[in-house]
Amino acid sequence: MNLTSTDYLNILPLLLVGAGILISLTVEMYSKKSVGFLSWFSFLLHLLVAYYSLYTVNNVSSVFGGMMGTGGTVNIFYFIFNFGAAIVALLSMDYIKKAEIYFGEYYILLQSAVLGMMLMASATDLVMVFIGLELMSICFYVLAGFQRKNVRSNEASLKYFLLGSFTTGFIVYGMALIYGASGSLNIQSIFSMLSAESTPILFYVGTLLFIIGFCFKIAAFPFHMWVPDVYQGAPTSVTAMMSTIGKAAAFSALLLIMLPLIGSKNPQTFTPLFTVLSAASMIFGSIVALAQTDIKRMLAYSSIAHAGYMLIGLAAANDTGASGIVFYLAAYAFMNLGAFGIVSLIEGNGDTEGTIESYAGLSDRNPLLAGLLALFMFTLSGLPPFAGFFGKYYVFIASLEAGNVWIAVLGALSSAISAYFYLRIIVVMYFRKSDVASDNIITESHTSLLGIVISAILVIMMGLTPGSIVRLINSF
Amino acid sequence: MVTLEHYLILSGFMFVTGVVGVLTRRNAIVVFMSIELMLNSANLTFVAYSSFLGNVIGQLFVFFVMAVAAAEAAVGLAILIAIYRNKATLNIDEINILKW
Repeated sequence: MNLTSTDYLNILPLLLVGAGILISLTVEMYSKKSVGFLSWFSFLLHLLVAYYSLYTVNNVSSVFGGMMGTGGTVNIFYFIFNFGAAIVALLSMDYIKKAEIYFGEYYILLQSAVLGMMLMASATDLVMVFIGLELMSICFYVLAGFQRKNVRSNEASLKYFLLGSFTTGFIVYGMALIYGASGSLNIQSIFSMLSAESTPILFYVGTLLFIIGFCFKIAAFPFHMWVPDVYQGAPTSVTAMMSTIGKAAAFSALLLIMLPLIGSKNPQTFTPLFTVLSAASMIFGSIVALAQTDIKRMLAYSSIAHAGYMLIGLAAANDTGASGIVFYLAAYAFMNLGAFGIVSLIEGNGDTEGTIESYAGLSDRNPLLAGLLALFMFTLSGLPPFAGFFGKYYVFIASLEAGNVWIAVLGALSSAISAYFYLRIIVVMYFRKSDVASDNIITESHTSLLGIVISAILVIMMGLTPGSIVRLINSF
Repeated sequence: MVTLEHYLILSGFMFVTGVVGVLTRRNAIVVFMSIELMLNSANLTFVAYSSFLGNVIGQLFVFFVMAVAAAEAAVGLAILIAIYRNKATLNIDEINILKW
């Protein structure tokens, strides 16, 4: 079990983030005025780790005696988490001053949450899945309630905490049943069970509980109750993080149990379950989002609908579906980070709600932000040629390959419904005069703008060269 | 003779009690206690299987669950204190500025 120098190079992303957390803690302990330093430190750290993960993407190996894997899809997930976190660090720099949460702990929790996500994505053993999930979730509970004088933030944190740990109960009990049925916690040996002559019913019950638990985390209907409240109440930069890379992390754990199934005897074991969940999430998310007046709640319901589209890829249970989900997650992460970045600039500091009406006349007041928000709305609604379109395209193709035609048709229909509420924002921004221009001061922030522009460039680039990215994901 | 089934029935009962508690109780602290019950029922299942299968991995997992549950309790009680300072209530029906 000795680690060789190659192993150290392969787990370097984890070591770097871990070391970063310790450095940040030490710096914060000795100097209370270090918040500015910590923000740039986390930005550069996550950028470095993102670059390194992509650079060593071919080093596929197994470390820690089969507890973790590195390379391949794992490193692509590392890239999504760390690049997303770097953008979140940029978006937070001025936002946390406005939200009166200018504390160094913010960045320490951000880095710890990313470490948890990375552990979850690289896990090949249920113990690692559990530890990674909890490291991420506990950091998110604290971050959601970071404005501790603000009742909304408290409430979001409480709801997230209670429902999140309720979910953990399901996941751990599911793991216990899986362990009982298979006698192992290693995912490969667990799923070799499925090829055996008879699989105990206990195994299916355990896996079902596990999937239900993670459906809470990815915000799929009917396990979505916490999503709109938490997204609305939490500080916007935190919402940006948990709705994008947090969701990607939970999906990485679901993919983990689906990937061994793809090569097995009956890959479509869980297809009916995922199909129903995906259909319900898409339709529910799209229809309820129509009725929202608050932009953060609207984006929360759109997040439920997007979880539905991604579940189509899981239901398909083939390689196209798996790479489609990874592509979709990256695309969704960057477009949603950009959209929430703009929301964080426009929302007032106080208890004012970020109503959609407050975006009226944005094209006159700030044409650049209006143009960027229009871009993100187009790509969220899935219009070509941006990244969102290709994300949907790949999961729909996967489901057609698996012979599951009606769910792809339903997905297309639901995209058409969702176009209404995304485009409504563009209509409000460009064609409605602002009544209350004076009380909507847009925060000036160069760093946030930089983060938003980087997201926009990535969304456009992923739309221009989707094929090469999917080929990269598929080559593992 | 206490067999594996006895342990599983007990842990299943504990788990269901926890779920029902979360869904029906209104005090946030009682809800949190019910969640702890769910985690402990999973621990009991792990230990029972571990002993039955003669395999220590299950008992190792229980240590991780206990450590994480402790961390969760620390964070959870801190959140409850923060909300009690602002609202002076822990009834989750009254904590409803954001629509459920």
